[in-house]
Amino acid sequence: MTRNLILGTGLSSLVVLAALVSFIWTPFDHTAMDIPAKLQQPNGTHWLGTDHFGRDIFSMIMVGARTSIAVALVAVGIGMGLGVPLGLAAAANKGSWLDEIIMRANDLVFAFPSLVIAILITAIFGAGAINAIAAIGIFNIPVFARITRGAALSLWEREFILAARVAGKGAARISGEHILPNIANLLIVQGTIQFSLGILAEAGLSYVGLGAQPPTPSWGRMLADAQTMVSFAPHLALIPGSAIVITVLGLNLMGDGLRDWLDPKLRLAR
Amino acid sequence: MLRYALKRGFSLIISLAVASLVIFFVIEIAPGDPASFMLGINAEPDTVAALRAELGLDQGKLQRYLAWVGGMLQGDFGMSYTYRTPVAGMIADRMWVSLPLALYALTLSTLIAFPAGIYAAARRGKAGDMAVMGATQLGVAVPNFWFAMILVLVFAINLRWFGAGGFAGWDDGIGTALHSLTLPAIALALPQAAILARVMRSALLDILGEDFMRTARAKGLTRRQALWRHGLRNAMIPVLTIIGLQFSFLLAGAIIIEQVFFLPGLGRLVFQAISSRDLIVVESVVMILVFAVITVNFLVDLAYALVDPRLRSRT
Repeated sequence: MTRNLILGTGLSSLVVLAALVSFIWTPFDHTAMDIPAKLQQPNGTHWLGTDHFGRDIFSMIMVGARTSIAVALVAVGIGMGLGVPLGLAAAANKGSWLDEIIMRANDLVFAFPSLVIAILITAIFGAGAINAIAAIGIFNIPVFARITRGAALSLWEREFILAARVAGKGAARISGEHILPNIANLLIVQGTIQFSLGILAEAGLSYVGLGAQPPTPSWGRMLADAQTMVSFAPHLALIPGSAIVITVLGLNLMGDGLRDWLDPKLRLAR
Repeated sequence: MLRYALKRGFSLIISLAVASLVIFFVIEIAPGDPASFMLGINAEPDTVAALRAELGLDQGKLQRYLAWVGGMLQGDFGMSYTYRTPVAGMIADRMWVSLPLALYALTLSTLIAFPAGIYAAARRGKAGDMAVMGATQLGVAVPNFWFAMILVLVFAINLRWFGAGGFAGWDDGIGTALHSLTLPAIALALPQAAILARVMRSALLDILGEDFMRTARAKGLTRRQALWRHGLRNAMIPVLTIIGLQFSFLLAGAIIIEQVFFLPGLGRLVFQAISSRDLIVVESVVMILVFAVITVNFLVDLAYALVDPRLRSRT
């Protein structure tokens, strides 16, 4: 099933490339308004048309990719950075009060969908990209903690871990040196999935106005702007939406492909 | 079974208590005093103080927390800072939009996912399976609010089968109300149906490889009979989990979809409350959502224990 991997990596790289290129070049300045040229359909000058302020949609999509990727990437980083150590600690102290507290706290965070966390955070600190990152990131912590604990628990039963203990290594060292490398594949795959969920969540949050604020372009807000104009300028809604679908589809295919490629057993087990 | 239910019930209460503490104190650290916000910047200090006393803001934190929780237990969520009406009534009105919408979407999602998942599992590796799996891959990638906009474009603006938004209310009969919730429900349901169909398929495929399925075939059942009598029942365990999880996603997702269709549900309420710093409304709506999620997951756990006695001994 390398087909998924190739297609997924191809689509994802395309989006990442667009985001990277946008730092040095976009066809137009994405903030430059040109009212006489507003609401153009895709054409030779404006490849994907223009919006209601005459801004070039292709340039906005490129810069928007930057916002989406940055938010989702940092959110996955937060989830992994806090969730993985928590999961490792819980597994190393299975059944102890530490394990119990970590897992109960996880259950609790799960009861707050990322949108609800975002609502709470915005109610306090106001809307913005940073708060969107925090909302998605907090929700990612229990996801990684749970998957890490589950995988680490089964490893702790294995003989090579016993050997390491006999050799006198402590729980923390074993977790770092033996458990973590063995669950890295799993974490990479889960990271890809959470990354794509993060892209969707960021789009949703900025659509309802809780994400990146103007003038930072974001795909979700482009869709929110397009909503009242969808009857006479459908391309305003179709293009950012397609960008989201392509990105998420690419990441999901890549995740599936990576899982099969890194661990054929996992596929059979599912 | 009773012991298991009591044990789970106990941890349900603990979770709700901790969740309410978190929500209250998170909102508590929010900058800005609701009373001075309501009265504007030119208010006299003693007017502000009087309003603070009226809203109960002059009491200690713990006291206010206990009053909030105690009130909620009796169905009293306090007074909205901006509308000066009971929050409970506002939430109840909005709930009549959000809850039916989530349930409608859950029904649609199940109705789509079950046949699709069973069909794909029965034709594993064949063209039908590939087509269903391809469609679900796409379904998972589509943001529901964007899908909602596409539905409006096609079915409301071009075909004119549905209204582009708004809610008819329940007074004109269930038919009219459900008609105005149909597009939002489809938009919410399809991405979830894609996930559910994948879970259904892989759960069934797991079951098909089990020894008891081979035994069922060996004792003379056809493939179809074995699948219906023994396969589906056993595949229901993971499927139930996902349905339980989906309910909370649908309820939260409804908040965004309500924005697309201008539905007067909890979502609109909470966004209005955020912009007017009506924090008591925000904390109450969030508490209701979290309550729903925790309770549904509790019910799913109980449902498992009924379906699968083995789970009762574990925790």
